[in-house]
Amino acid sequence: MTTEALTIRDLGKAFRSYRSEWQRVLSWLGVSVKPANEHWVLHDVAFSVSAGEAIGIVGQNGAGKSTLLKLIAGTMRPTRGTIDVNGRIAAILELGMGFNPELTGRQNALHTGGLMGFDRRALKQIMPEIEAFADIGEYFDLPLRTYSSGMQVRVAFAVATAFRPEILIVDEALAVGDAAFQRKCFRRIEAFRAQGTTLLFVSHDTETVKKLCSRALFIKNGRLELFGPAKIVCDRYEQHLFGAQPSPQAASAADSAMARFDPSLTTPACELVYGSGKAQIDSCWIEDLEGRRINIVETGEPFVWRYDVRFNEPVENPVFAMMLKTREGIALYGVDARQLDLMPASYARGDLASVRFELSNCLAPGVYYLNCGVRLDHQNRVEFLSRRVDTALVRVVESAAPTVAIGLVDMEARLSVTVSSGDLVQQR
Amino acid sequence: MLAPNLVSAWRYRHFIVSSIHTEFRARFVRSKLGGLWMIIHPIAQAAIFALVLAEVMAAKLPGMANNKFAYAIYLLSGMLAWSLFSEIVSRCLTVFIDNGNLLKKMRFPRINLPLIIAGSALINNLLLLLAVVIVFALLGHVPGSQFAWMPLLIALTMALGLGVGLLLGVFNVFVRDVGQVVPIMLQLGFWFTPIVYTPNVIPSYLRGVLQLNPMTTIVQSFQNVMLFDTAPNFAALGWIFLVTLLLLAASLALFRRASSEMVDAL
Repeated sequence: MTTEALTIRDLGKAFRSYRSEWQRVLSWLGVSVKPANEHWVLHDVAFSVSAGEAIGIVGQNGAGKSTLLKLIAGTMRPTRGTIDVNGRIAAILELGMGFNPELTGRQNALHTGGLMGFDRRALKQIMPEIEAFADIGEYFDLPLRTYSSGMQVRVAFAVATAFRPEILIVDEALAVGDAAFQRKCFRRIEAFRAQGTTLLFVSHDTETVKKLCSRALFIKNGRLELFGPAKIVCDRYEQHLFGAQPSPQAASAADSAMARFDPSLTTPACELVYGSGKAQIDSCWIEDLEGRRINIVETGEPFVWRYDVRFNEPVENPVFAMMLKTREGIALYGVDARQLDLMPASYARGDLASVRFELSNCLAPGVYYLNCGVRLDHQNRVEFLSRRVDTALVRVVESAAPTVAIGLVDMEARLSVTVSSGDLVQQR
Repeated sequence: MLAPNLVSAWRYRHFIVSSIHTEFRARFVRSKLGGLWMIIHPIAQAAIFALVLAEVMAAKLPGMANNKFAYAIYLLSGMLAWSLFSEIVSRCLTVFIDNGNLLKKMRFPRINLPLIIAGSALINNLLLLLAVVIVFALLGHVPGSQFAWMPLLIALTMALGLGVGLLLGVFNVFVRDVGQVVPIMLQLGFWFTPIVYTPNVIPSYLRGVLQLNPMTTIVQSFQNVMLFDTAPNFAALGWIFLVTLLLLAASLALFRRASSEMVDAL
C-alpha cells in the first residue's frame, strides 16, 4: 500500500447567501434554513496524490484554483466532501503574511514563524539558516520598512520553508523576486521533494509546470477537467486558453502540413492592434520555407513570418519591423528594415507591400508570440502606421532528440571533455 | 468546548506574546522615549484627573467630604473597569474583518486574535492601574487590604469583554451594521454605568435599569476595593460570573459554527 499524502473525495465548495444574514445565524443554531442562493465555485473534485509527488494546478483566473488551495490549506472549509491530509501542510498562498514593517527581518521571522505554528525554540535554532537563505546581509537586522519588495520576499520564503513540510503549496508566490532567488527557491523545493515532500504548484506558466511537476490538474469552471501527466494536461489547458477546438493532430509532429498547423493557436485573444491608420496590416501568418502555412515548428527548423501591408496614404520610407516575445513578455528578438539594409522606397496610396522575415530558429520548446508593424521614423518621434502586437503564436516542439535542457534558446553547445590521467599529471 | 481552544492557544502562546509585544513596539518604535511613553500616558491621565477634579473643580463625593481626592479616585476606578471592557469589545468587534486577508491566506487558530486583544488591553489597563496607584499614593491615598481582590475583578472584566466582543465580532463579519451600532451602544453603556456619577444622584426609576447592566456591578466593585476599601458585593458578582460564563460559552459555540463560513464572508 502506498502512502497517500493527500486524498480528496467529492470536494465541493459553495458560497451561500441568505435573504437575511440573520437566517445564516439561525442555520448555525440548527434551524434548517434554505439559503436564498448557492453559488458553487468548486464541485465534484476528487484526486489523490502520493508522497513526494509534484502536482501542477493550471486553470484560468476564477476557475477555482485558489479556492481549491484554500480548502487544502485549511483556511476555508469545504461545503461537501473530505480532504485527508497526511502530515503538516505549509501553504505559501501569499508571501509576507503577518509581517510588520516596524520589526526587523529577524524579528519578523520569529513572529510569523510563530504564526505558522513553529516552536519558538526551534525557530531560534534554525534562525542562522533562515538568515543565510534570505541572504540580505545586514538588512536582516533592519526594520522591514527599509526593504525592497524583493528582500521581503526573500525573508518571507525563507521563513515559510524553514522546516520541511509533508505538503507544500505554492501559489504563484515565486513569480515575484529575482531570477537568481527563484532558482534558489526551486532548489529548496526540489530538496524537500527528494525527502518526500509533496508539492502542489499553481502557475500560469505551463513550461514551469511541465518542468517541475510529474502530473497536473486542469481546473475549468470549478470542475476537475483533467488530471494526468503534466505535459498532456498543460497542452489541453493551452488549447483551451487559446480559444479553439482541440485538434488531435497538433500534438504529434507528423510531417504533413496539416499537423504543423494548430488552429487553436491562431487569433489569440491577447492581440492588440493600433496605429495612425496611414497603413494597415491586412493579414499576417507563419509559413515554412516552402510557403506552407504552419504554426508549429520543430527546434532548429527555420520559419518565415509574413504580413501584408496596405497603404492608405502615400508614405516615404516606411520601416517594417517584427519582434518575438515569450509568454512573460520578454523580447527575445526584434529587428527592422534599418538593420537589414532594405532599400528605402516610397509607396503610393493603395499599394500592397508583402513583407517576409525569414528567421532561423534557435528557440527552446515553448509557445512564442509575434509582433509585426510598419512605422515612420520622424526626427525625434516614431509614428506607428499600423502595429499588431502578440498577433500570432508559434509553438516550438522538440525534434526527435531534446537539444535544450532548460532555458529559452538553443545555443547549440558542442560538448567535449578531455581527460588527462591524474597519474600523468603528478608525474609531469 | 473550551478545551480545544485553550490547547491551541497554549500551543501558540509565543505567537500571542510576540503579537502583543509587536503591537507595543510598533506603537513606540520611532519615538525617543520608546516604551517610557507606555507609563507616561497613564500617569499624566491620573495626575490631570487628580489635580483638575480635586484642586480646580473641588469636586466632592457625597459622604466623603474629608477626602478631597475621593471623587478623582472614584472616577478613575470606574474608568479603569470601563476602559478595559470597552477596549476589548470594540477591538474584538472588528478583529476578524481587520485580519481578513490573514485569515484567508494562513491557517492558525483564530481564537488567538481575540486573545491578543485581551492581552494588550490587559497590559494597557495594568499600566493605568499602576499609574493611578502611584499618583494617589503620592497624594496620600494608599489602597487598603481589599485591593487584593483586584486581579479577580480584572479577570472577570476581561472575560465579560471577551464574551461580548467575540459574539459581536462574529456577527459583524456577516452583518456589518453591527460594527456601526456597537460604538454607539458602548457610549450609551458608559453613561448607564455609575462611573462619572454615583447611583443615588439619578432618578430612582432609572436605578433598577442601572443594576441590569453587568458593568455596574463590576464598576462598583472596582470603586469598593480602590476607594472605599470595602469588599466587593460577592452575591452580585457571582451572578455576573455566571452570566459571563454563559456568554463565553455561547460566543465560543457561535464562533465555532461560524468559523466554517467566516472566510467566505470576508
